[in-house]
Amino acid sequence: MYDVIVIGAGAVGCSIARELSRYQLRLCVLDKNEDVCEGTSKANSAIVHAGFDALPGSKKARFNVLGSQMMEELSHQLDFAYRRNGALVLCFDEADRPKLQELYDRGVTNGVEGLRILEKEALHAMEPAVTQEAVAALYAPTSGIVCPFGMTIAMAENACENGAEFRLNTEVQSLRRAGDHFVVTTAAGDLETRAVINAAGVYGDILHNQICEKQVHIVPRKGEYCLLDRKDGHLVDHTVFQLPGKLGKGILVTPTVHGNLLMGPTAADQDAREGTNTTAAGLAESISKARCSVPDLPLRDVITSFAGLRAHLVDGEDDFVMQQSAPGYFEAIGIESPGLTAAPAIGVYMAQLAAESLHLSKKENFKAQRKGIVNPQELSFPERQELVRQNPAYGNIICRCEQISEGEILDAIHRPLGARSLDGVKRRVRAGSGRCQGGFCGPRVMELLSRELKEPMTDLTKSGGASRLVVGLTKEEL
Amino acid sequence: METYDIVIVGGGPAGLAAAIAAKKAGIDRLLILERDSELGGILNQCIHSGFGLHTFGEELTGPEYADRYIRQVRELNIPCQLQTMVLDISPERVLTVTGREHGLQQIAARAIILAMGCRERPRGALNIPGYRPAGIYSAGTAQRLVNMEGYLPGKEIVILGSGDIGLIMARRMSLEGAHVKVVAEVLPYSGGLKRNIAQCLDDFGIPLKLSHTVIDIDGKERVRGITLAEVDENRRPIPGPEEYIPCDTLLLSVGLLPENELSSSAGVTLDSVTGGPVVTESLLTSVPGVFACGNVLHVHDLVDFVSEEASRAGSNAAAYLQGGEKAEDASVCLVGKKGVRYTVPQLLDVHQMPEQLTVRFRVGQSYRDASLCVWFNDTCFRRIRKRIMAPGEMEQFTLRRADLPADLHTITFTVEEDAK
Repeated sequence: MYDVIVIGAGAVGCSIARELSRYQLRLCVLDKNEDVCEGTSKANSAIVHAGFDALPGSKKARFNVLGSQMMEELSHQLDFAYRRNGALVLCFDEADRPKLQELYDRGVTNGVEGLRILEKEALHAMEPAVTQEAVAALYAPTSGIVCPFGMTIAMAENACENGAEFRLNTEVQSLRRAGDHFVVTTAAGDLETRAVINAAGVYGDILHNQICEKQVHIVPRKGEYCLLDRKDGHLVDHTVFQLPGKLGKGILVTPTVHGNLLMGPTAADQDAREGTNTTAAGLAESISKARCSVPDLPLRDVITSFAGLRAHLVDGEDDFVMQQSAPGYFEAIGIESPGLTAAPAIGVYMAQLAAESLHLSKKENFKAQRKGIVNPQELSFPERQELVRQNPAYGNIICRCEQISEGEILDAIHRPLGARSLDGVKRRVRAGSGRCQGGFCGPRVMELLSRELKEPMTDLTKSGGASRLVVGLTKEEL
Repeated sequence: METYDIVIVGGGPAGLAAAIAAKKAGIDRLLILERDSELGGILNQCIHSGFGLHTFGEELTGPEYADRYIRQVRELNIPCQLQTMVLDISPERVLTVTGREHGLQQIAARAIILAMGCRERPRGALNIPGYRPAGIYSAGTAQRLVNMEGYLPGKEIVILGSGDIGLIMARRMSLEGAHVKVVAEVLPYSGGLKRNIAQCLDDFGIPLKLSHTVIDIDGKERVRGITLAEVDENRRPIPGPEEYIPCDTLLLSVGLLPENELSSSAGVTLDSVTGGPVVTESLLTSVPGVFACGNVLHVHDLVDFVSEEASRAGSNAAAYLQGGEKAEDASVCLVGKKGVRYTVPQLLDVHQMPEQLTVRFRVGQSYRDASLCVWFNDTCFRRIRKRIMAPGEMEQFTLRRADLPADLHTITFTVEEDAK
C-alpha cells in the first residue's frame, strides 16, 4: 500500500513528487510513457512567464508569479538550464494601446515586478530585429526561458533520490475507490494507495471522471512550433510576444536556453489526445505570424518542427484546478499555459494539501540539491582537459552538431531514471538535437544504449512502445 | 602547443588526397585529424561499385577506392589522429581538438586544409508535417546502419528525394530484402546521376515519381504510412488527388550541405550558393593559410573529382608555405549567371594560376541543346553547344592562362538557350 500515487510524470507530476518526497511516505509516480516528460511538458514554448497575462485573482495568475519567483533558486538547487532574458509584448497598432495598458495593469495587480511600457525607439534599441511596424511594447524583465526537459528530469531525479518510486511504461487503466483507499489498475497489475494525485495532463479528465460525480472535459489544444538552428539564437535576446489583436492570439519568437530560436505556438482544439502531429497549415501559420514580429527570420535554418497539446479544461472558469476533489483524491488538472512556469509552485501547493490531509511528517534527511550531468562545454579549457584526462569518454565526441561526448551520454543512461531510448538521451544531453537531427549520431547513440543497457539493437526504441528503430538484421528477409 | 606545417581536418577522400599531395610536395610536419575510428570517411559505407573510373580507370567499391589512398598515407608515414574531433579553429589557425587517445589539446598550424565533407539535410529542414515517429532516416544514416552495422531500418520503404544516395539506397534496401515502394522527387527531374536511375531504380522496377512530395507522415511511434502529393512548378502541393502509401520507413535523400561550422569559426567567408568557402584558384579561402577541398567546398557527384581537387589543395598549401606564405592578389572574379548557379573557384589571381585551370560549376535546371558561354569581361570568349545539362551533373571548363586578356576583371559563365 502506497501513501500517495501521483499519476503523470510531467512537469507538474514530477514537481509534486519532488515536494512530497520531503515527507516520510511511500510514494509512487506512474506514467504511461517510457520516460518522464513525454507529454505536454516536452513540447511547449519553454517560457517562464512573468505573469502579466493571467486574470488577477486566478490560480493561473497566482501560481505563475509564484513559479516565476521560485525558478531561479530552483534552477541552482536542481542544476537545470534557466535564463531570465526578459520579454516584450509587441503592439502593432496605436488603436491597441489600451490593450497594452490593460496588460501592464494586470501585471502590476498580479505582482509582476519591473514592468514598463517602451516606446518605439526604446523598443528597437533593446531588440533591433523586431519589426518597424511595432509602435510600442510591454517589457517584462522577469520573464525567462528554461529547458523544460532539464527542469522536469531534474525534479524527477531529485524525487527519486529522495525515495519516490517511478513506474514508467505503466498506463493507468482504471482508478477506483476501495473503502479507505484506492485501487489503481495498470497493465502491470493493481496498485493500492491511500491517496491519489491526478497530474495526468490531457488525460486528467478521464481519471477525474472515474472518481468524481461532476464530470469534466479536457480538449487537447494543439500548438505547433518551428525550431531554428543555434546559429540564429542571437537574432533576438528577449522573448517576443504579440499583443492579441487583429493577428489573433499571437505567436512568440524566442531564443531557447540552448541558443536555438523557437517560434510558435498555434492554437487549435482537437479530439485526439495523442495527436501531436504537425500540419501544413499550422506550421505555415507559425512562420507567417512569427515574421510579423521578426521580419528577417532565416527560414532555411529550420531544423525541426513539433506540436504539443495543452490540457485545456472546457468546463469551469478557464483556470487551473488544484484541489482535493474527493476524500484522498487530489488533482492538478487543466494545467495549460502558464503551467510550466507554475509547476514548481503547484508542486509545493499540492504536496502540502496531500501532506496535511494524510498527516505526513517531514523527513530529516531530504536532499534538496541535485547535480546535473556535467557539461564539458561549460568548463574552462584546463577544467575540461582535466575531465577528459580522468575519463577519456568525455573527450570522445558522439554528436557532432552539439558536440556531445560519449561521457555525457553514458551519464544520461546511468543516472537514476536514466535514458532508455534515443529520445531519452536527446532530452538529457542534447545528442541529436542539432542541425543534423541525429543523422550522424543516431546509430552511434544506439550502439552506446545497446552496450550499456545490454539490449540488442533490434530492441532499442526512439521513445519506447512500438517505436523500434530497426526492424531486424540485413538479409533476414531474403 | 604543438605546431604543424599543415593540419588536414578530415580523413575522408578529400583529406587523404590533400595529405598525400602535400607530403609528396615536401611537407613533413603534417597531421590528419579524423573524427571516425578509421580513415576513408563516407566511402566506408559506400559498398557499391562505380568509384574510380576517372582516377584509376576501373570500377572500385567505396572502401576499395579509399584503401588506395589509405595505403599511400601509410607508406608515406603521414601521421593521423583518429576518433579526434576538431571543436574550433581560430582565425590564427589554432585548432582545439578532442579525442579519447590524446584528450583535449590545442594545435597550431601554419596552414590548414578544410576537408570535413558534408552532411545530409534532415526532415526538419523540409518542414514535412506529420508525426515524428521512428523509421524516418536520412539515406546516408540508413546506409551506415545497413552496410556497416548490419541492421535493416525497415521493410516497407518510401524514399523522398532522388539524389544519388537515395537512388543507391533504393537498390541496397531491395538487395537486403526490403520492399521499396516508390522514390518521390519534388523537382521535375532527378538530382542523381543518370546511370544511378537506370541501375538502381529501373533495374529493380522501382517507380520514380517526379514532381511529387511527402505532405504528411502518419504513425505516432513507428512510421505507418505517408501521404504523397503532386506539386506545381513552385514545389507547392497541388490540392486534389493524394495518395496514402502504407510503409514503415521513410528515407530522405533531399540534399547535402557542406559542413562549414568550423570554417565559420575560423572566419572563412562562405558562398551562399555552394554553402562552402569562397576560394581562389589555389583553393585558398578568405583566411590566410586556410585551404578547402572536397564536399566541404561544394558538393561533388564523383569522388574522383574530389580527389583531384584535394590533391591540388595539398600541393597548393605546400607551395604556399614554401613560397613564404604570400597573400594572393586574386583580382579576377568568376561568376555564374543566367542558369549557372555558381563557380569554384570564385576568385582568380592571374599571376599565380597554372597554365590550365579547371573551373567547376552547376546549372540550375535541366537544359537540352543549349549553349554554355564563357565571357571575359563583357565579351563572349567561348560558346559550347551542350546536348544535355542537368543540375545533378557537375560541369567543368578549362581556362588557359594564355587565353586571358590583360584587362580581365570578370569571367562569367552563362547558359544561352538557342532560339527555336
